[in-house]
This record gives sequence, C-alpha cells and structure tokens, in this order.
Amino acid sequence: MKRAGIAAVFTIATLALAGCAGGGGNEGGEAGSTLTIWVDANRADALKDVIQTFEDDNGVTVKVVQKEFGDTLKEDFTKQVPTGKGPDVVVGAHDWLGSWVQNGVVAPLTVDNAADFQDVATQAMSYEGQQYGLPVSIENIALIRNTDLDPDPHDTFDEMIATGEDLVAAGTVEFPFIVQVGANADPYHMYPIQTSFGAPVFGTNADGSYNADDLQLANEGGDKFAAKLVEWGKSGVLNVSVDGDIAIENFVNKKSPYIITGPWNLPRIKEAGINYSIEAVPSAGGEPSQPFVGVQGFFVSAKTDNALLANKFVVEYLGSEEVQTSIFEKGGRAPALKTAFDAAQSNPDVAAFGEVGAAGVPQPSIPAMGQVWSDWGATEAALIAGSAGDPKAAWQKMADTIATKIKG
Amino acid sequence: MTRPSTQPSKYKETPTLKAVLIKIIALGLLDAVVVYALFVLFLKESWVAFVLVAIGLVAINWIYLTRRALPAKYLAPGIVFLIIFQLFAVGYSAYIAFTNFGDGHNSTREDAIDSIVAKSLQRVENSPTYDLTVLDQLGTYSFLVTEPDGTVSLGNVESPLEPVDNAQLSGSGKAIGLDGYTALDFAGILANQQAISALAVPLTDNPSDGALRTPDGSKAFLYESTLKYDEAAGSFTDETSGTVFIDRGNGQFETAEGETIQPGWKIDVGFANFARAFGEEEIRRPLIGVVIWTFAFAILSVATTFALGLFLAVVFNDARMKGRRFYRVIAILPYAFPAFLSALVWAGLMNRDFGFINQVLLGGADVPWLTDPVLAKVSILIVNLWLGFPYMFLVSTGALQAIPDEIVEAAKVDGAKPWALFRHIKLPLLMVSLAPLLISSFAFNFNNFNLIYMLTGGGPRDIGADVNVGATDILITLVYKVAFGSVAGRDYGLASAFAIIIFIVVATVSVIGFRQTKALEDLN
Repeated sequence: MKRAGIAAVFTIATLALAGCAGGGGNEGGEAGSTLTIWVDANRADALKDVIQTFEDDNGVTVKVVQKEFGDTLKEDFTKQVPTGKGPDVVVGAHDWLGSWVQNGVVAPLTVDNAADFQDVATQAMSYEGQQYGLPVSIENIALIRNTDLDPDPHDTFDEMIATGEDLVAAGTVEFPFIVQVGANADPYHMYPIQTSFGAPVFGTNADGSYNADDLQLANEGGDKFAAKLVEWGKSGVLNVSVDGDIAIENFVNKKSPYIITGPWNLPRIKEAGINYSIEAVPSAGGEPSQPFVGVQGFFVSAKTDNALLANKFVVEYLGSEEVQTSIFEKGGRAPALKTAFDAAQSNPDVAAFGEVGAAGVPQPSIPAMGQVWSDWGATEAALIAGSAGDPKAAWQKMADTIATKIKG
Repeated sequence: MTRPSTQPSKYKETPTLKAVLIKIIALGLLDAVVVYALFVLFLKESWVAFVLVAIGLVAINWIYLTRRALPAKYLAPGIVFLIIFQLFAVGYSAYIAFTNFGDGHNSTREDAIDSIVAKSLQRVENSPTYDLTVLDQLGTYSFLVTEPDGTVSLGNVESPLEPVDNAQLSGSGKAIGLDGYTALDFAGILANQQAISALAVPLTDNPSDGALRTPDGSKAFLYESTLKYDEAAGSFTDETSGTVFIDRGNGQFETAEGETIQPGWKIDVGFANFARAFGEEEIRRPLIGVVIWTFAFAILSVATTFALGLFLAVVFNDARMKGRRFYRVIAILPYAFPAFLSALVWAGLMNRDFGFINQVLLGGADVPWLTDPVLAKVSILIVNLWLGFPYMFLVSTGALQAIPDEIVEAAKVDGAKPWALFRHIKLPLLMVSLAPLLISSFAFNFNNFNLIYMLTGGGPRDIGADVNVGATDILITLVYKVAFGSVAGRDYGLASAFAIIIFIVVATVSVIGFRQTKALEDLN
C-alpha cells in the first residue's frame, strides 16, 4: 500500500510537472520580465557579459538554455514554437532559415544598421526579401597547406595535385591531397572544386537570392566536374573511404600536404605543431573556386510574448561590436559586423579564411536545398567509387531527380 | 481450488496508526500537487487535460480511501504509467498519421495567418527611423514620434499621424511626453508588449501609404504590407498583383492555379497518408524491396544469433570443458557495450581503405564491406551476429541448465546418441521457454534502427533510383528518412502512417508466432 501510494505521488507529480513545463519562458507571471534564449555552450560563454548588461539596463531576467548547436536545436525550435514552449530568441545557422520560414516559426527582424554588417551575412540572413536573423559569425572552408611539405601556393588544382603526387612518389607523404568524402560523399567540401567548373547549385534572381526553379548543377561545367570525379577517384586523389575523422587525422600526421577544411579543425592542426597557410582552393576548371559561406546568428521566435524585448536584445545588444568580438574570440569564426571583422583581421587565420569567404557564396537557405544534398552526395560518391557508369549520364540523372523532387 | 476460503482473511484487520498516517500524508501530497496541476491547466484552458486529470484525481482518491478495491490499489500506479508512457505515445502517433503534420504544416491556422501577415510586412525603402515614445491615454496607446529632422507627430490606431507642437522635448530633441497623456517607461512598455508590438499607426488616411510599427518600443519604422487578410472571406489578397489566395480545405492558402503561400497549417487528412504509402509511385516502388530486406534481415538475424548463441551455450555447458567461466565472460562482452557505439566502431573497422579488417586481418585487401550493395547486407548481418549472440547465449544457457538431469539421464539409458539427445530431448524443451524470446527478438530486429543507421546509414544508395533509399534500408530507417526529410521534406504524417503499418506487421507476426509457441507447449 505504502509503495503504491508513493508511486502514485510520483506519477501525478510527473503529470503536474509536464503541465507546468508548458509555461516555458513565457509563464513567469507578468509578461516581459523574463526572456528565454536558446544558445550553444560556446556562445553562452561569450554572451555572459552582455546578458548581465542587458538585465541591468532593462530590469529583466534572461533565462539561458544551453543546447547543442545542430539539427536537434533546429528541430526542437520548429516543433516547440507552435506549442508556445519555444524560446524568445534562438541561435541558428542561416541555412535553417528557409525551413523555419516555411514553418512560420521565426519573425522578421528590423535591423536599422544592416549596412554595418558584411553583405554576405545580411544576404544570408534574408529570405524572400525580408531579414530574419542578426548575423554574428561567418565561416567557410578553405585549402590548408602544410608549408613544410610544400612551401609554395599553386594556381591550379592540377598543379597542386602534381606536386602532391611528386611528394607521394618521393615517399614523403601518403596522399597527394585530402578532403573528406565519406560513403555518401560530401558535396559541401567538394563545392569549391565544383564551382571552379562553373557549376553552382542554383541560379540567382536579380536581387541575388537563389532561384529554386533554376537548377544549375547539371550545366556543362557540371558534366566536366563529374568526369573529373571519376578520374580523381581512379587516381586516388579522392576516396570515399576518407571520412572527416580520417581526413584530419592524416593531415595532422603529415601524411598529406593539403586538406580542404574549415576553421573548426584549426585547433587540432595548431596542436600538432604544423606550419600552415590558409588559401583559396586552386581552380580545377578554370573559374574561381567558391566555397559555401555559412552564417550563424540569432533569431526571434514568431510566437514570442516578448517581441519588443527580444528585438531590443538581438538588434541593439547582440549587434554591438563588443559582443561580436567576444563571440569571435570564443568561437574563432569571423565576426559579421564590419568593424568587429576589421578588428579581427589582426588574427591571420581569420583574415585568411575571411579572404577566401569573401569570394564565396552563401549556402542556399531555400527549402529546395533540402532536396539536393542526398542525391548530390550519393552521385558524387558513386562517381568517385567508379560505380556510376557514364559520368555525364549519372550527373544528368541526378539533376533530373532533384528537379523532380523540388517540383514536388 | 481446494483451499478453504471461509476463514476471515488477515488483510481485513484494522490498519495500524502508522499505515493510516502514511496513507493520509501520501494522498495529501498527491492531491496538493494534482490540484495545483488542475489550476495550471485551468488557466491555460486545456480543457481535455483538465477533465482527464480531474477524473484521475477522483479515481485515485476513491481507490485508496475505500475499503474495497484492493486489487485496484496495486494496479492503479501501473495503469497510470501505462497510460502516460504507452497509450498516450501510441495514441498520439496514431493521431499524427491522420494529419498532414510536417514541413509547412506545423501549427494552427491562426498561427499561419499571423506568420503570413508578419512576413508580408516590408519596411518602406528609404523611410526614416522615427524616435518613439509610447503614450497611454485611458488604456489607448499612441505613438509620439520624432523624425530625424525634428518634426514631432502623434497618432494611434484610429487617427493617422498628425504633427503636434506642444510636446515636451528631451535635451537631444526627442519628444518624450505630451499633456493629457502618460508616457510609458520601459517597464510599462514591457508589461504591455503584445498590445504595443501589434500596434500599427497609419501614416495617412490612405492605408496603402503604410503604417508605423515598433519592433523594440523605442524606435518606429514605416511598413507596408503586400498581402491583405480578409477576415470575412478567410483569404489573402496580394495588393500588387491582385492575386487571391483562398483556403481550399487542404491546409494552406492557394490560388486557383495552385500557387500557395507558406506556411500552411495542420489539418486532418483522414486516410490520405495511408493511401500515399501504397499509392504514390515513388514511395511504393522502393517499399517492396525494403519490406523483403526487412524480413530477411530480421529472420536471418534471429536465426544466426540463435544458432551461434545456442551452440556456444551447449559447448560451454559441457562439464568436460575447461575454463568455462572465463569463456562465458568473454562471450557476453559484446552485450556489455552500447549497441550503437559498437556499430560505429564496426563502421570504422569495415572501412575499405583504412579499416582494421581489410588492412590488418586481410593484409591490405580491398573488400568494399559497406559500399557494395550485397556485401553491405552481409556486413550488417555479421555485425548483428556479433551484437546479438551473447543475448541468445545467455538465455540458452539459462534454459539448458533448467532441463532436469533425470530426463537427460533417462534418455542416455534409453541409448540416445548425443545428437539425438540434443535434437529430440533438449531442443524441444528449450524451445518452450525460448520461442517467445525469439519472437520478441524478431520484433526487435525488425525495428533495429540503431544498427542500420550507425553502420551504413541505409546505404549504399542506388543512384539509378529516384528515391533516397539505400540497399540496407529497413522499414524503420525508411520511416526516419520520410519523417526527417531526405525523401521529400519532413513529413511526420506519412512517417506515422508507416509506423502504424510496421506495428500491424510486427503484431501480426508476433501473434502467429505465439500461437505456434502454444502448440509447442502442448508437445510436452
């Protein structure tokens, strides 16, 4: 009897708590006294001071909920906002924006000083002509070259590979070049190579936004790229067995002179004591190589009860140079605010990645992009593995499939 | 029953004071918490939950206060847990299967309208930033705005902006008050955020000139809207092109030509998702292959793990075997690691160029364990054998040791050879207790998402096919792909429909299996 009673108490307590949990940040009595934000650990650290200032300035409390940056955060936000349990402000990547707008979970943002931010950042945070997020950091991939193994930069991809192959022949390294591919390939890391053949994913509208109906993947340049993938797969330049872990592992162990990767791997490279140079991926197809640029920033929920407070916090406080610099110092990614970006140039890594990124394009955030990745990666993997048959036919088939899916 | 049941039961004795006190305290705590929960639900106007919790409260109090209902006193907690953790989850996913819940249909119609209105508000190009003071007059809010050139104007929802000349100015020339109005400080603004952020003050009498709104309570901007919502007709009109978007009952605003505006909202669609699962060409085609492989995978997994587990159990159960305890510990080690972690490790081991198996065990061979469609299936079965045999070994060992020695001895006396002894005596006895476990093992493997997802991710994909289904995808990973968007955007409705179909399949197989088990029992 006693045990049963206790179990029942627990049960009902669970029920009651589940009921209360519905309140989230908006239940705290009088509206406006508490602002709930979802943020990842890195940025939560960087935001401590500004949150304190914000609380003092406005006599409010900010509830910080730490979440791991990634798909779960994106999904949780999509699912919880409609139920009223979501946060007032959330950190996010710009390429989630299309899906968030499609689901009506983010509110447009009026940023008075949009011109003070880098163009690529503002553009990335905009969707259908509206700005939704306040950009804080920019990241992109670039070529990292081990300057001890190869002291000179190269103008073309082929020249670089030739140098790499000489080093392999001399027994200095094992791989002429390394980039993460994996069983399902990695179109994100391959994109600079692909664009150097003049084959972007989507064409653009007059205002610079992506046009989902204008799939450019399979233009002439795309066919050449596909043919090259087969060639590189045969010669061992690209290998589907190389996933992200294996790629960086081999680079820090000096088994390859080059790697295409992003700032997130810099700490490991530094730790290994490698002398490196960060530069644009040399052009393989004659045209400039353009990596995808990813922008991270803060968004305001469409269903917040604290719209005014949330906007004030995001636009006035997170848009300040101190905050942008502080987030940069914690995360090592270039700030989106021009003044903070200029100040960050004193860090050579940021300057180098920034220069490569300046020539890049924002990763498309339109929902159609969600239909692209899977077929794109699978086809690249099959081409590299040599199991795709005729490269042009396989590449065109991929484009047709993607186009059909986008039309729905 | 032969036992006399007329004797007074000792359970009918008066309970001790301590027991009564504990009961009162426990029930009191419970009631306090539940009454609080009821308050919360009442305030949130969640009537269904309110009624259910209230009924639960009355029922539980009755059960523990009455002298009757002794079985209910023991059953109640379990039933409550069952309702919360099982029935609710099952019921809710079943409900989702009958909706269009997914990307673009994420919330209610009201939310969708709010979102469309909000996103169609565009700041008028090159319009100035107005400094703003929010004024309150008997509960009506007005905007007192100062243009960059110093012009001060006042307006509210009813009356468009009008210049005023008697405003109190701050040192910097910003209007901060007006006679007859109360200027709201920031706390006052925050307390009325929803009203103020929804406030639109028209610039002129002509609504198409736009309206002032404030995003933060201290600045105002001029916005114009391209999409107008007509409350009576329930439709949106694009002011610039004159296009009308109507709610046609399919969860979105749509023109006659089928052009839609995002977002839509969640509606009930009846059996449409089930019809799609079987009717839509691009879903149905891969489905057949996936179903066959799912059955093959589940059956072969159970068969191989059981065969190896039973073999080891028999071997290690033989008294002539030395160091049995040591081997037994080794044999159950795979069971001790988390399965999804093991799968990841195996994925690394089976890497074609860098994996341990090819590089070390096969001396630099080039076997595409995970990238060849057939070998990938074999690899999955091998890894599942490694993961699954310890369980079978454990249960077989237990069942073997439960077989009475006399039966075995008797069979030996009758002249049974070891194989005949195993085949005709031990195995049938084992099957009586193991068959239900094999059926549940089948059900588990039928939905063994972790293994497939972590080892191959469903791949390798056939790039000739139109859908994102790989050679090793089983039904549950297909559901995952449908739900989380690598088939055609996130579609929870369709995924739930699939989940229900899977449930029906597994339930049917299990019921048939258990019937067969009963027949086994009759053998003895």
